[in-house]
Amino acid sequence: MTFLQLNDLKVHFPTDDGLVRSVDGLSFQLERGKTLGIVGESGSGKSVTSLSILGLHKGGRARISGEIWLDGEELVSASQEHVRSLRGKKMAMIFQDPLSAMHPYYTVGDQIIEAYRIHNDVPKKVARKHAIDMLGRVGIPQPDRRVDSYPHEFSGGMRQRAMIAMALSCDPELLIADEPTTALDVTVQAQILDLMRDLQRDFNAALIIITHDLGVVAELSDDILVMYGGKCIEYGSADDIFERPEHPYTWGLLGSMPRLDREVTERLLPIKGSPPSLINVPSGCAFHPRCAFEPRTGGKGGTVVPDLVETEGGHLVRCHLSREERRDIWATEIKPKLES
Amino acid sequence: MTEPILSVQGLEKHFPVTKGLFKSQVGAVKAVDGISFDVRKGETLGLVGESGCGKTTTGRLITRLIEPTGGKITFEGHDITHMKQGRLRPLRRDMQMIFQDPYSSLNPRHTVGAIVGAPFRIQGIETEQGTKKAVQEILELVGLNPEHYNRYPHEFSGGQRQRIGIARTLALKPKLIIADEPVSALDVSIQAQVVNLLEDLQNELDLTYVVIAHDLSVVRHISDRVAVMYLGKIVEVGERAGLYGSPMHPYTNALMSAVPIPDPKQRAGRERIRLTGDVPSPLNPPPACRFHTRCWKAQEICKTQEPPLAELVPGHAVACHFPENAPSTTETPATVA
Repeated sequence: MTFLQLNDLKVHFPTDDGLVRSVDGLSFQLERGKTLGIVGESGSGKSVTSLSILGLHKGGRARISGEIWLDGEELVSASQEHVRSLRGKKMAMIFQDPLSAMHPYYTVGDQIIEAYRIHNDVPKKVARKHAIDMLGRVGIPQPDRRVDSYPHEFSGGMRQRAMIAMALSCDPELLIADEPTTALDVTVQAQILDLMRDLQRDFNAALIIITHDLGVVAELSDDILVMYGGKCIEYGSADDIFERPEHPYTWGLLGSMPRLDREVTERLLPIKGSPPSLINVPSGCAFHPRCAFEPRTGGKGGTVVPDLVETEGGHLVRCHLSREERRDIWATEIKPKLES
Repeated sequence: MTEPILSVQGLEKHFPVTKGLFKSQVGAVKAVDGISFDVRKGETLGLVGESGCGKTTTGRLITRLIEPTGGKITFEGHDITHMKQGRLRPLRRDMQMIFQDPYSSLNPRHTVGAIVGAPFRIQGIETEQGTKKAVQEILELVGLNPEHYNRYPHEFSGGQRQRIGIARTLALKPKLIIADEPVSALDVSIQAQVVNLLEDLQNELDLTYVVIAHDLSVVRHISDRVAVMYLGKIVEVGERAGLYGSPMHPYTNALMSAVPIPDPKQRAGRERIRLTGDVPSPLNPPPACRFHTRCWKAQEICKTQEPPLAELVPGHAVACHFPENAPSTTETPATVA
């Protein structure tokens, strides 16, 4: 049995302007000890996916359908109380901005102790010792003293470490990190990525890392899911996505990024236009207005939503172009330009 | 070599830290602490560094949005260090700034036409065909539809807003543009559009750029020369190829090795330098070489003597007692282009 499985998850928000289809039919699987990277631009639905797994959209305006199976339990139909009892213990989250995710009035230690005691019936003293242990494990110097510091007394990198300590305090089996390093400087980002890699190995948790930075996913992920307009448009192993990408959007992302490990290119190869509004997702393939290869689909791009089809060994692509066309375009038109 | 359009010498900005009712000064945040550099006509100088290194303050000092506490800024032969705002205004036509956040740098109550036309109004410039026509031409130049003239900023996406900001910057045909994190607030696919636009405009209008950014890959792509800042000092400056190809300062090395590479195959084989700890507070920076607290090569001398910014290879200067990739005295320095 797979540890985490999403089947056709849909998260829709009714608004005055129309129905926002933030997540529109998303399915994937994740095993313990593995890391899934979810990549997408703003509004692609990547954060809504993670909040839905944690059940944080329950009871709100969101209309959720589909199935989320976590270790044999279905979460979409489960009660709020039950999901709450899992949250923190079975699954935990690391947020992007540690300053706003922590309460400014309580010490870092108090917040970790509170989270730990909700799920573990232990005296405060034991919980405090546990909090100090956790802070030490994530690399905070002098944890027995820093446990009594307030969040504002920590630097950005230390706050992110403290939040990781809080998330890991109850040994979660599923850890979701939403842009965990976006707010950090590059040298601190490298420290945090190393830390997350080490901790995942120690805890053998399943890790979902959500980011817009292809470099970060390449560092950590086993599998990568590329989202666009609320749908998965490409899914595969890290090698598939970086070595043999087959979706024009993934090509666009790769071409948009200047890279330190390659010669300087004359020009970047951006994607035209901008990401779609989720109220007005383009008909057919959501990417077709920005796709340079749309004319080759014979008009299907704007009318028919392409299916997510397996191209080879677990590599899934949602595109109207045939497999041969895609491989041909990648090999002859895209790859040479990226590596020139 | 072309003459510098902008020359900065020993530039300093110390923000006072005050305490008590009488605001007696108890210290100073040395945001920028004695930096010197030249910007040559037609080139792009990149300023990189982590948060708090003073790169944004430097940008604001150059454009005189804040008052320097020491040093000298020369723009096209004029000493503008302490020039009065009235006399500075005509010079502002030639020196403009692009801001980071396209959401807060545009007035939400003004139309695009009013925003991009503001420089004409403020400078009292009359154009032949009228301001509206001039504004529409600029909108077209940055890839916006001239019909957007009467729309408001909220009707545009982030990338389009950044284009509006760039249009406003270009209105008076400046010679020097300071771009403070021009793409960091944008989505990846939009970043590339704006980077390409900046490069096209530079070729078309013969612009000189100072690009301030924390993203080393973007800076490498766009710059001819790059200066690396750490805690208010320039620690290394050089031509792009030399600086990225054979960085001399340990900090530059560490910065580059920290950038995640989008290639899973390099995950294992890459040699990394991991800095420990965070950047120290500029309120109380370490003495002598400011990097010595995090540097793995630091020795006694680094704690007592500040290394000068010395040009070890023509066009490539570094402030370090133990530079890497430095030409030894027996070797000819011809290896670094």
